[in-house]
This record gives sequence, structure tokens and C-alpha cells, in this order.
Amino acid sequence: MAYRVIHYINQFYAGIGGEEKADVTPEIREGVVGPGTALKGAFGPEVEIVATVVCGDSYFASNMDKASAEIVEMIKPYKPDAFIAGPAFNAGRYGTACGGMCEAISKQLGIPVVSGMYPENPGVELYKKSAYIIETPNSAAGMRKAVPAMAKLLLKLLKGESLGTPAEEGYIERGIRKNKFYDKLAAERCVEMFVAKMKGEPFETEYKMPVFDRVPPQPAVKDMKDAVIALVTSGGICPKGNPDHIEASSASKYGEYDITGVMDLTADTYCTAHGGYDATYADRNADVVLPVDVLRDMEKEGVFKKLHNKFYATVGNGTAVASAKRFGAEIVDKLVADGVTAVILTST
Amino acid sequence: MVKEIERKLPVVHVCTIVPISQTVGANRIVPAIAIPHPFGDPTRTPEEEKVIRRRLVEKALKALQTEITEQTVFAS
Repeated sequence: MAYRVIHYINQFYAGIGGEEKADVTPEIREGVVGPGTALKGAFGPEVEIVATVVCGDSYFASNMDKASAEIVEMIKPYKPDAFIAGPAFNAGRYGTACGGMCEAISKQLGIPVVSGMYPENPGVELYKKSAYIIETPNSAAGMRKAVPAMAKLLLKLLKGESLGTPAEEGYIERGIRKNKFYDKLAAERCVEMFVAKMKGEPFETEYKMPVFDRVPPQPAVKDMKDAVIALVTSGGICPKGNPDHIEASSASKYGEYDITGVMDLTADTYCTAHGGYDATYADRNADVVLPVDVLRDMEKEGVFKKLHNKFYATVGNGTAVASAKRFGAEIVDKLVADGVTAVILTST
Repeated sequence: MVKEIERKLPVVHVCTIVPISQTVGANRIVPAIAIPHPFGDPTRTPEEEKVIRRRLVEKALKALQTEITEQTVFAS
């Protein structure tokens, strides 16, 4: 008897559609769909993909608890032995959905779960403790590399074989510690590591310290009537035609746009450059992503002193963390130099 | 971006997928309406939409005026 596995994919990989279909509700189909074919090949005869769950990325991301509860119920009648999701590469909502489903299935059905993502996918930070996530390249071009690694790991889990280190197996560290016997005492190993470090030689720590990259909150705005407010967005809002050619995904730049005298963002003047969500609404009225109209009203009413005459925009869609960091650092220096006192950052 | 801005200026992150904002490390978070229209609702009339948008912006300004010591989601 082959192991029974359920596969999870999004609306795009199921061939339903792109962003315009990202709010489709979950459904389950018998057998393999889309990348399931490649997975099936990688599993061989030991595993049968009995069904495939398909769910729209926006639907899942906007209704996480509801969607995952619905999907768990859909899956139960199939009595699966394991669950595999994605690979999601660097698609943020898809990665979040894959990770969220892996966590829910693992907790509620107690079966092995595996997904695959690029390390910067937000789904990794959220769910790496709950699931084995194979490290993949950042785009679907890496499918051929991702699929065999995911299949191999899941098969090992199904058979109850012991796993090697994350580096050996290709999954992203989960922070699990295992006891292990060494011939050398800890003191000796420690001194050896120290000596290697002093010599500038490579060494591998036995206990990595967690990295907490947190910024303490700024004090609150004391007097709103004196505040100069600036708008920043990762939602890709820009003058119509995208004059700076900000990329629809993996943005390498941000734009600075003057809104002196602009009271409202209209379909004739502004649009979105973002390729990661359905642009219908933002192209019709960009205020739904960057609320300039309302802020102008409030400025007139004296709620705050001034809306800064420039806004900053980039596309947060598979954008490298290093790029986003640089954009943020450059933007805030400009804002401080221009006398801005508080920022509203909007994300889709 | 939100963290780099927070190093020098108070910032509120109005976003739809709150868990991602929390993971990234935003401090003042206001949940928005939906991914393709965080400050709007196309099922309403443009006038109603603007009222909804105004409420959300007011909530964002209130978050900026609230003293916090840790990551805070300003829901409801």
C-alpha cells in the first residue's frame, strides 16, 4: 500500500488564474494538479497523491483561521498519511498559506508536513518552527531543484527515518536541539573553536544565538496639530505610466513623487506598479492604497499641520529584504531632512 | 522599510496581512481592509468607501499618538 499524501497549491499553479482569481475559496480535487505531477514523479510508487487542495492566495491570507479550518475538514475524509504544500518560492501570501496549512495539519491531524520556500519568504519566519521547509530558489525556475528535495524529505518522515542536520537535508533550521555524544569534552571543543576564530579560520558553533532584529518603538506623537505626516507605501502607487519603471516584482528601487496641490488620486493620474495583487481597484482609485484624499480633508480641517508634499513608493512583491532595508533607510533620512514628524506606511 | 523608518520617526503600518507585519517587526500596526484595497471596499458606494477610509486613517493617527512599549496591533 502506498502512502496517502495530500498536496496544497494556490490558484495560479492550479491554472485557475492569476491575481484576478486570488480570492477563490478552497476546493479539493482528486489526484494530482499542476506541480503535483512533478512531485508524483519524484515520490515514485511508494506514495500516492490522493488529492490536491487549491485555494486562492488572497482568500487564505485574508481569512487565515477560517480557510485553514475549512481545508482541514476537506482533507480529513481522505485519511492522509502526510501533507505537502507548495513549493511557494518567494511568493509571500502563498508561502504564508503553505506554512499556515502545514501548521494546522500537523497540530490537528498529527501527520508529517513538508513545504518548500525561499529563505526570505515571510512564510519561513512565521512557520519554520512548525514544519520542515525545504530551502528553494526564489522563483518557479527552481521547481526542478525544489521538488525532489521536498519529496525525499517527506518520504523519510513517512518511513520514520532519522533526519540529518538542516544543511544535510536541505531544510530551513527549525531551532530543534538534539543531544549528541562527542569524543571530545565541551571545554576542548570550545577552545578549538576559539583558536579557529582567532586565526580567522572557519568554525561552526554548536548553539546558534537567535537573532532578534527589533527596533524599539518611537515615542508617540504628542501634538497632532503640529505634526507633518508623510505617506510611504509598498503597494506600488505611482503616477500613471510608472515613470521610474519600478519593477512589478523584486523591486530594485523606489519612487519619490510630488503631490503638491494633489487633492485626490484619480484613474487618470495615478496607478499601481505592483504585480502581486489585483490592480483593478488601485488603478481605478489609488486612494484605496494611499489615502491622499482623506488626508487632504483632514489637513484642511486642521487635524494635523501638514501632509508632506512628497510620497515614497515601492513594490513589496518578492522584494529582497536588503533592498527594502536600504529603501527605508534612505527614505527616512529624506523625510527627517524635510521636517516630517510621523509616517503612515501602507501595505497591500 | 517600516523598521528602518522607525529608527528615526514614529511610523504606523497599515496593512492587510498582520502576521507578516508582526514578523517583520513593525511596532504600531493597524489592520487594513483587504489586500487589493487596504483603504477601500468596492462593494460600497464611493461615498461610503471614503467614510471607511477616513475611519481607518483616524485609527492610524490615533495609533501614532498612543505611547507603546512593545509591538501593538490596534484592532477594532
